[in-house]
Amino acid sequence: MDEWGAPVIGFRLVKRKPLPGWGKIVIPIAAIVVTLVLSAVPILIAGGDLWKSYFYLFYGALGTRFNLLETFVKASPLMLTGLAVAFAFRAKFWNIGAEGQLLAGALAATVLGVSLGGVPKTLVLPIVIGGGFIAGGLWAAIPALLKTKLKVDDVVATLLLNYVMVHIMGALLFGPLQQSGSSWPRSAAIIEAARYPILMARSRFHLGIPLGFLAVLVIWFVNKKTTFGYQSRAVGVNDRAANFGGINTTRVILWTALISGGLAGLAGVGELCAIQGRLIMDISPGYGYSGIVIAMLGNLHPVGVLFSSLFFSVIIVGAQTMSRMTGVPTYIAEVIQGMALMVMLIFLLFTEYKIRRVRKK
Amino acid sequence: MMENGKQPVVKMSGITKRFLDVTASGNISFDLYPGEICALLGENGAGKTTLMNILFGYYTCDEGEIFIKGEKVNLAAPKDAISRGVGMIHQHFALVPSQTVLENIVIGTGSGKGIFLDLKSARRQLLALQHRFGLQIDPDARIWTLSVGEQQKVEILKALYRDVDILIMDEPTAVLAPAETEDLFTTLRALVEEGRSVVFISHKLNEVMDISDRIVVLRAGRVVAQRRTADTNVRELANLMVGRELLEVIEKKKIEPGRPVLEIENLNALNDKNIPALKDLGLVVRQNEILGLAGISGNGQRELAEILFGLRDPVAGSIKVNGRRLKFGSPASAIALKMGRIPEDRIDTGLMMDLTVEENMILENHTSAEFQRYGLVKSSRIRRFSDDLITAYGIKTAGREAVTKSLSGGNLQKIMLARELAGQPAVVVAAQPTRGLDVGAMEYIHQRILQERARGAGILLISEDLDEVFNLSDRIVVLYEGEIMGEALSEGASREQVGLWMSGVHR
Repeated sequence: MDEWGAPVIGFRLVKRKPLPGWGKIVIPIAAIVVTLVLSAVPILIAGGDLWKSYFYLFYGALGTRFNLLETFVKASPLMLTGLAVAFAFRAKFWNIGAEGQLLAGALAATVLGVSLGGVPKTLVLPIVIGGGFIAGGLWAAIPALLKTKLKVDDVVATLLLNYVMVHIMGALLFGPLQQSGSSWPRSAAIIEAARYPILMARSRFHLGIPLGFLAVLVIWFVNKKTTFGYQSRAVGVNDRAANFGGINTTRVILWTALISGGLAGLAGVGELCAIQGRLIMDISPGYGYSGIVIAMLGNLHPVGVLFSSLFFSVIIVGAQTMSRMTGVPTYIAEVIQGMALMVMLIFLLFTEYKIRRVRKK
Repeated sequence: MMENGKQPVVKMSGITKRFLDVTASGNISFDLYPGEICALLGENGAGKTTLMNILFGYYTCDEGEIFIKGEKVNLAAPKDAISRGVGMIHQHFALVPSQTVLENIVIGTGSGKGIFLDLKSARRQLLALQHRFGLQIDPDARIWTLSVGEQQKVEILKALYRDVDILIMDEPTAVLAPAETEDLFTTLRALVEEGRSVVFISHKLNEVMDISDRIVVLRAGRVVAQRRTADTNVRELANLMVGRELLEVIEKKKIEPGRPVLEIENLNALNDKNIPALKDLGLVVRQNEILGLAGISGNGQRELAEILFGLRDPVAGSIKVNGRRLKFGSPASAIALKMGRIPEDRIDTGLMMDLTVEENMILENHTSAEFQRYGLVKSSRIRRFSDDLITAYGIKTAGREAVTKSLSGGNLQKIMLARELAGQPAVVVAAQPTRGLDVGAMEYIHQRILQERARGAGILLISEDLDEVFNLSDRIVVLYEGEIMGEALSEGASREQVGLWMSGVHR
């Protein structure tokens, strides 16, 4: 529709000329700038000194070597869950369940990580990583099967399975996986061979970070250069036409779910094997849900996801320093994240439509 | 221009409306007089509907003035137009399927006592209107149970109930059977008898000659001519409409049909409401033959096409393509058996509007060894393939990487054809291949179908356009309520007979 039927309070949305290619780069950047400007409002409400707050927000994230590397540490799981969601959304598999898939990955990595003592050391990590990927993928395959075979709504199924996974994890952490002698819901520590190597001295810069970048590259390649990428694009834009053209849409959605869930599973493996070293209930502070916002902010494009996950981790890491130095609570990070999504969505609307006043006598 | 000394009831002058770069209406002036049926004639995209949408307040014009009943008006929304007596019936009806006729008519009128509807007096009014114009419909019937023709009557009643005296009808006959069309014309004549005015949008010449008093011809957003219906003829109108001599005299070489390439036996199927849509249907299409399947929409054509395309499972029956059995419910099977498929709904079923032209071209053979190896796409091969097709079919696009939705309807259909005919299919099943296309594109598609026939393909042409069926087909079969009502060779078949078959009358 070129023009939206009835005017709303004297205004009407009108379709505009498509933006040239640079719009795809300029718009997310503009959205981020606008978000940062708008962040002044909650910062002032919280009683922070504005310029000091902005300074420490960025200094805290980028100002020192350690902080900068911490920002990458935080970006790793966000990148992977963001990619997971973006990859699924592009094929219109509405995977809201990256959180559960992340936990599934961490759980599998734990089981393998505590029990692979007899396996040659060089094989342990590949097995743990592979196991985490497969576990996340299989957990995502359940709602994909429900969607394709029984037409169960994927949003609801993926979301609810998050809670199922939390409780499975709880049951195991209070049961068979609980560290002997502990009364806390935590597992035994994984063996040394299963831990991600630290790649930079005096930091937590671990294997999961290059793994995240590699995943961005691989997903970009799959989208761009493979028949599977083409098929999932086709299913995403019009599954009826894809089916008409002989594409097995069920198979495409299933594989999309496996890969999507696998990526989220890798995020869980990273948190377990690089950060915590053992499974605890709080292994993820909601990385799976942040992944949804990151994917949207990155316009579902792998490179977009890369940058939006870095932006998010700057905000999250920087907010801690800002909080220490100015007293603005760290919750500000979540407020900024939420605002970033809203601003981005509004900007995206105006890439396609403009507002026009309707003359009234 | 004064018409019999009467003042125009609608006067539009200097109307200009642009959509992005496209000028849909360029400085159009249009008058409508009381008591007349004025036809707006033009090809698709000529700007007929846009102009009337402006009069209905659905679009706002960029430039120009509108006077209704002598008063200058500013129409920001349809309600402004309705309050001045202008009503418009679009091709897609604005009815609530789950509600009754009466409820649909009362919706949005705000009539009643406080927050309660006054259905009693509404019913009285409705019955009076029905009586006056002979529009017989049960006020308590639910909309979804009504035929398209009946729904249209509801729309007309809805307009009359709102005291509309300027009624705009956008291609009202497109969905009607011949008999229903006659009914509609009777109603419209009764309306203008009372001094109301009707704008009749159409691109069908014969109809326009039948019903209108005056004809305004639009082409590419401009008024190219105005004629009194009595002073013109079909030939002149056709030339005005397309701006050149119409070629639609199809030259068809006589070719003896070869062996059967599409054999349908005892096909039984249900429609979406689980009512039998096809009953023991049997059809054979041979090489070098065009079989025209005529019929009014909703008599099983859609279900048949969907089964052939692999989109619907029949209850029973068998289909052979080129001697090999078609696997039901599998589009891949139809593709593998070399069936070229032109779906009725190209935007929804045939094409991926948000992908590029190139990506649409390779949909059906992107897994062939020509276009991929080890799952990696061969970009340069695909590029060459799409460029060749764009040239061969004269597709007007910014290039193979243009987004498909930026193309016009005729060019979209050319992409469909290019893709489906690229593999030199043994059978072509074309469902409403020219619906909604302008004359130029239509001619092109027709020529292309004839070329396929000459090449040796067997073609099943499913169409509601009788001209098309008669012009192209070697043989004509009429489908009525899922059964074959009659069959004739197109040479020597009479339109009257086919028309009778279409409305379910034997002989």
